[in-house]
Amino acid sequence: MSPILLRRSTIDAFISNLNLLFIVPPLSLQLVVNGMMIGALFALAAFGMALVWGVMNVINITQGEFVVLGGYVAVLMAQNGIHPFFAIIVAPVILYGVGWFFYQTIIKRVVDKELFTSLLATFGISILLQQLMNQVFGADIRRAEHGFGTWGFFDGLVTVEQIKLLAAIAAIALGGAMVLFLKKSRLGQAIRATAQNARAARIMGIDTDKVYAATYSLNAAICGAAGAMVAMIWVVEPYIGLVYTIRAFMIAIIAGLGNLSGVVVAGLSLGVAENFAGFIFGAQYQIAFIFGLLVVILVGRSFLLGRKREYLK
Amino acid sequence: MLKHTKFLSVLACGAVVSGLAVTGPAEAKIEGDTITLGSAVSITGRYAVNGKHTKNGYDLAVKFINNKGGVSVGGKKYKLAIKYYDDESTAARGTQLAERLIQQDQIKYILGPYSSGMTKAIAPVAEKYGIPMVEANGASRSIFNQGFRYTFAVLSTSEQYLSTAIQLAAEQAKSDGKDPSSLTIALGVRNEPFALDIGAGIHEDAKKYGMKIIIDEKFPKEVSDMTSFLTKIKALKPDVVVVSAHTVGGALFVRQMTEQKANAPIVAMTHCESAKIEDSKVFGAAGENILCAGQWAPELTYKDGYFGTAMDYANTFEKLYGYVPPYQAAESSAAVLVYADAISRAGSFDTVKVRDALAATNMQTFYGNVKFAPTGQNIAKPMVLRQLQNGKYKLVAPSQWADTKLNFPRNAK
Repeated sequence: MSPILLRRSTIDAFISNLNLLFIVPPLSLQLVVNGMMIGALFALAAFGMALVWGVMNVINITQGEFVVLGGYVAVLMAQNGIHPFFAIIVAPVILYGVGWFFYQTIIKRVVDKELFTSLLATFGISILLQQLMNQVFGADIRRAEHGFGTWGFFDGLVTVEQIKLLAAIAAIALGGAMVLFLKKSRLGQAIRATAQNARAARIMGIDTDKVYAATYSLNAAICGAAGAMVAMIWVVEPYIGLVYTIRAFMIAIIAGLGNLSGVVVAGLSLGVAENFAGFIFGAQYQIAFIFGLLVVILVGRSFLLGRKREYLK
Repeated sequence: MLKHTKFLSVLACGAVVSGLAVTGPAEAKIEGDTITLGSAVSITGRYAVNGKHTKNGYDLAVKFINNKGGVSVGGKKYKLAIKYYDDESTAARGTQLAERLIQQDQIKYILGPYSSGMTKAIAPVAEKYGIPMVEANGASRSIFNQGFRYTFAVLSTSEQYLSTAIQLAAEQAKSDGKDPSSLTIALGVRNEPFALDIGAGIHEDAKKYGMKIIIDEKFPKEVSDMTSFLTKIKALKPDVVVVSAHTVGGALFVRQMTEQKANAPIVAMTHCESAKIEDSKVFGAAGENILCAGQWAPELTYKDGYFGTAMDYANTFEKLYGYVPPYQAAESSAAVLVYADAISRAGSFDTVKVRDALAATNMQTFYGNVKFAPTGQNIAKPMVLRQLQNGKYKLVAPSQWADTKLNFPRNAK
């Protein structure tokens, strides 16, 4: 096959795909539904990443591996006759412990170092976890069987998997609970105070080390919940974490640091945009399109901010 | 050329060996009565599952050859052994390890790694040192168009992988009184050399029959979701769906196709066995009536003097390793048989003579006939298609060997 990027026939295919969306409107509905359901899970992983980033100034590359680990919790539960949906509660508990362990052993030592150091440290944890999971669970592809069915509409043209819907609802509920927790609870307030100014928070008597430990562990727990859903909806294997790390990273960037409600919007939109891009341009341009979108958003935002600065002058 | 001490140690091994070693351009790694082959396979990393199949296949063949007394070279029997390294599923590591096997460990016979990418990384190293490599898991045709003289592959090349499905669709259309050129195809391949070759093969076959490819997608390497591809299938209703997206992609495809209620009269894919789509605990009935491309199937009637028939091999393998051998394991075993045969025919450990003996290979193994083209690929064995019927893989194509009738059109259960 010739390596030419955009041949005439390729562009024709784009146009006919786009046309198809107008001729058969339910297809768009299917893409939106699928996109939002996948986006809700991405948002969950991104939520944790934005939290850790905002509070601790650590870019946690381990995000995807925490997700996969949560997935294995669901897989193991399904294997032992427990319905994997309960993993949405069990996985976070286990992952909270995992997060706490890695905080106390590694993250604690890099949290106030420069960004690059923590980037490397979390990258290291991610490789370690991948290989450990490969040793313990094997490289086989696993999924948690849930037994839920699929609803079909418009002659099966639009399908909604019940498990995806349940997972999306659980994801949004979990996200909402997190926001509430950060706003109302003492620990949540301490986390926010530390994010604003760690030094001032310490002076006010907040044990920032504890806050960091809680933040990092909470992040792992959220990822664990997302992972349980991933194992029920898609598949898990030890090396699939990168997909979720990259998406979480992108969503956190688009939403802006520490903007937790922005994460939800960005996550859902990214999921939908990805599905439309996949449909119109094909899977080969799906990721390229999303990265292109990221560049446009970032350039656009810095342009807007630049104008704002001028205005302030 | 040879160090004096080394020469003495070789002499001690036996007159036959030492005499050849002096004349040969490269002396083989022979310790006592053992010939050591070397291989860097994926024990960890992305290819760990198939790497394990590869290693099990190699080990089983070595065991059987040794049980039958070993390889006879110049009237003396030698045992086989394999030195393994873990290439961690990365090409750069594979290249390093090939160098290490050849240079530090003095291995003179290389068995291939798992996957086309890894094989492509190692082949130039083998070529550089003039060390023969028999590989069983690199099917990309780009391995065979670079003029390598020391790389031999026992398997069919990648562009043939799913051709049988197109052929089958055409046959089916004719028997239904339809013109094959009225058929439409949806093609989805992972963006990697091996799967792209499969895609290129499908394009050629489609052209041959005048069929139209209406969906032509390339999935990213880290594919995590296929719903937009499946939405398109639901909208355009192709007659044939052909997918090659490695293990993760294959598992996703089977699962999501059922959940999204997408289907086609003929659905064919690769990597069924490694994705374990037959496992009803994991996939339910989602894999039913999917056609799976294979290099080999236990139902085939080939046989050899070590394992007996293909079915005998499958039974032996299952008894030892606890699972039915996928073709990745079978072809790996075949590679060792081919090596043993060539070394024996060469009557020598000289790498050039062994290479020439490999080039002249013409034998039947339980895995199929083996005869190499001048460019190194096996041209004596076609691909097979098996259909998952009631949880069991049944041989349905090529139709002249098929022992089971094709379920057509595909019913999604």
